[in-house]
Amino acid sequence: MRRAPVRRKVAPALRSIGIGALVVLGLLVWMIRPLVMAAAVAVLIAWLLLTREGKQTLAIAWTGLSTVPRRLGGTSVIVVGIGGVVGVLIALLAMAQGFQATLRQAGADDAAIVLRAGANAELSSGIDRSTATLIAQAPGILHDARDVPIASAEVVVVANLPKRSTGTDANVEVRGVGPRVWALRPEVHFIAGRRFRPGLRELVVGKGALGQFAGLALGSTVRLNNQSWKVVGIFESGDTHESELWGDAESVASAYRRNGFQSVTVRLIGPAAIGRLEQSLTDDPRLKVDVQTTREYYTKQSQRLTRTIRTLGTGVAVIMAIGAVFGALNTMYAAVASRAREVATLRALGFPGVAVVVGVLLEAMLLALLGGALGAGLAYAAFNGYTVSTLGSNFSQVVFQFRVTPELLLRGMQWSLAIGFVGGLFPALRAASIPVTVALREL
Amino acid sequence: MKYLHLILAALLRKKARTALTLLSVVAAFALFGMLDAVRVAFQTPNSMAGVNRLIVSSRFSIIQPLPYAYRLRILRVPGVSEVAYANWFGGIYQDPKNFFPNIAVSPKPFLDIHPEFVLPEKQEQAFLETRTGAIVGQTLAERFGWQIGDKIPLQGTIFPKKDGTNLWTFDLVGVFHAAEPELRGIEQEMLFHYKYFDEARAFGQGTVGWYIVKVDDPAHADRIAQTIDHMFANSNDETKTQSEREFQLSFAKQIGDIGLIVSAIMAAVFFTLVLLTGNTLAQGIRDRIPELAVLKTVGFSNTAVLLMVMGESVFMLSAGGLAGLATARVALPVIGEATGGQLQLPMTGQTWLLGSALMVVIGVLVGLPPALRAMRIKIVDALAQA
Repeated sequence: MRRAPVRRKVAPALRSIGIGALVVLGLLVWMIRPLVMAAAVAVLIAWLLLTREGKQTLAIAWTGLSTVPRRLGGTSVIVVGIGGVVGVLIALLAMAQGFQATLRQAGADDAAIVLRAGANAELSSGIDRSTATLIAQAPGILHDARDVPIASAEVVVVANLPKRSTGTDANVEVRGVGPRVWALRPEVHFIAGRRFRPGLRELVVGKGALGQFAGLALGSTVRLNNQSWKVVGIFESGDTHESELWGDAESVASAYRRNGFQSVTVRLIGPAAIGRLEQSLTDDPRLKVDVQTTREYYTKQSQRLTRTIRTLGTGVAVIMAIGAVFGALNTMYAAVASRAREVATLRALGFPGVAVVVGVLLEAMLLALLGGALGAGLAYAAFNGYTVSTLGSNFSQVVFQFRVTPELLLRGMQWSLAIGFVGGLFPALRAASIPVTVALREL
Repeated sequence: MKYLHLILAALLRKKARTALTLLSVVAAFALFGMLDAVRVAFQTPNSMAGVNRLIVSSRFSIIQPLPYAYRLRILRVPGVSEVAYANWFGGIYQDPKNFFPNIAVSPKPFLDIHPEFVLPEKQEQAFLETRTGAIVGQTLAERFGWQIGDKIPLQGTIFPKKDGTNLWTFDLVGVFHAAEPELRGIEQEMLFHYKYFDEARAFGQGTVGWYIVKVDDPAHADRIAQTIDHMFANSNDETKTQSEREFQLSFAKQIGDIGLIVSAIMAAVFFTLVLLTGNTLAQGIRDRIPELAVLKTVGFSNTAVLLMVMGESVFMLSAGGLAGLATARVALPVIGEATGGQLQLPMTGQTWLLGSALMVVIGVLVGLPPALRAMRIKIVDALAQA
């Protein structure tokens, strides 16, 4: 006789632990392999439309949704709460996405960058003249119609210019490029003005730099290391080079009292030629350099910040999601409590418990989806294409735009459904487990 | 206070609802605590350390070095009591992921000017006397398990050695800690002798990255800064002298408008929070209208009812908020551990203060509409409804 109450207490506890474990497992699968879950959803839809229980479920969900206008306050907790989570998540991931894309775009599999051995960015590298000449003569490099290797020995320096947004000085990257650079980076094209003339103190300005820094308009004069330079062109390239100022390598080097370069970038015969180039450069005892494809180099440059932003974004969203789950639970418990009698009536009429559970769950998830769509829409409207800049690995500003891609929107939906599921499941189980007699007797 | 038990009774009326609302408040404030720590970290500490220091760097860009000879000329400027110099080394320990600042400094003047680097007398002496000696911060030493006496190899990224190799070896002779907890960021740094560095590097001899100038009286800092810049105007190496705080802020600004991003997230969080708790509270009040009417019938004044409902929301926000901030306080060191000490974000008094203010403000904001409603109910109507 004594054991019975204990068992009565233990059994529900075990049951809720079991349900909890199942939920966690389901969410993991949903987050990692959404396709598996999408298949499950397809099965669910078929069940809803084809079976008797399914139709009953739809009826319950429909009754629930039709009461939404009467309890806008509670419903808005789910919709806005989830909207907030999804909005913040998408905005931060879009930032990481934009930064990564801007740097990656600058890389290619059939171009290679040569830095001094051990240097982790162009700014910390140094290549002297004789080395630069040797590199350009190496095998695997594409030659142009006049049989000149398509290579550009480049000087990378940093200048202080006032930023438009703050008015204070920030670092802008100045790149002195070789005469073959236009063949090396054909994606560069001018939207205003012309190319600089070698030997003169003329600069061409990337579109991104133009937008972020003051005093770079076409025709204006810029002071670099206390000398006057004229802006003669504005270019766009769709990648990180847009954040830079370009001039003739020799002129930039002399302005900064340098004799030598930071890097040599070359166009390869094909992606496979990187091995040959690397082999010949490492075999040469006169050289101490590292070779990698520009794709590899720029991917590496973007990794650190991208990962930081992604971790931050996911972390913030997880905590917000926990808050939103509690909000959704509150609302759905209230909704279920206020409908206890109706549900009991339905069950007395013969509706199965499954229909009640799935019906309530459907209601919560549809509201969640609405919230997710709201958040995603807001994030898209407010942030897609939003331009910002940050300090890149060359210790100068990299200008990039937020990118709200379709994958990110889908990811937002994935999150919103997960939150709606957790927030709806427990109230749904409660709705189905209240004994019919008790619920009917209650006022 | 005499209504406290009534407020508690009201909150305990629906335990599940209260608990869920409380938990979402906890989540929101935990997030606030962590994000605000990020914001504070980017604002550079509001500490008194460093008000008497100026940084002299190249006017044209941070990568341009300054001649070593400037040191004596700066020292002669009236009001300057000491000049130290430093050079960014940018060495890598084992893997680029293990980033930490490593800087070549003039040991004696540097430690004299920076009293916040605290290290035992004996270790300081050893540092000054060992040419290849280096000192590291407590956090950094713990991160890599370094002990005094260890040899620390760094891979030079900017500076190869004269002998053509890239490998620099330092002898760890001391471990320093920050004088104030807000300055614990410096415990990530490694310092070593400029002389050792300058003699062995392949190029750039006789130049330094920046000068650190100690002035007698912070009130004269601006004048001294102008004097220094004026002295080197129109030379090959013009200078830009700014206060240490300005110098650090200019870096934080370049990383981006962190403050704006963080504030935007926090605004989204709190907007959601206000809506959520506001709605739950309003629902709670609606359920209790007959009870409130009874209270009024037995003689509670309108103001008392108003205050009680407000008290309820402020109490809820404060309890949840404090729990949330406490969660953040506990979580931040854990995050620091998990990132290998790279993210050291101490929670400052500023965050607690701002957080507490927000709790009260949001509490009042959220409590006001239902409280007004509770105040205005007519006893007859409310009882009839029951």
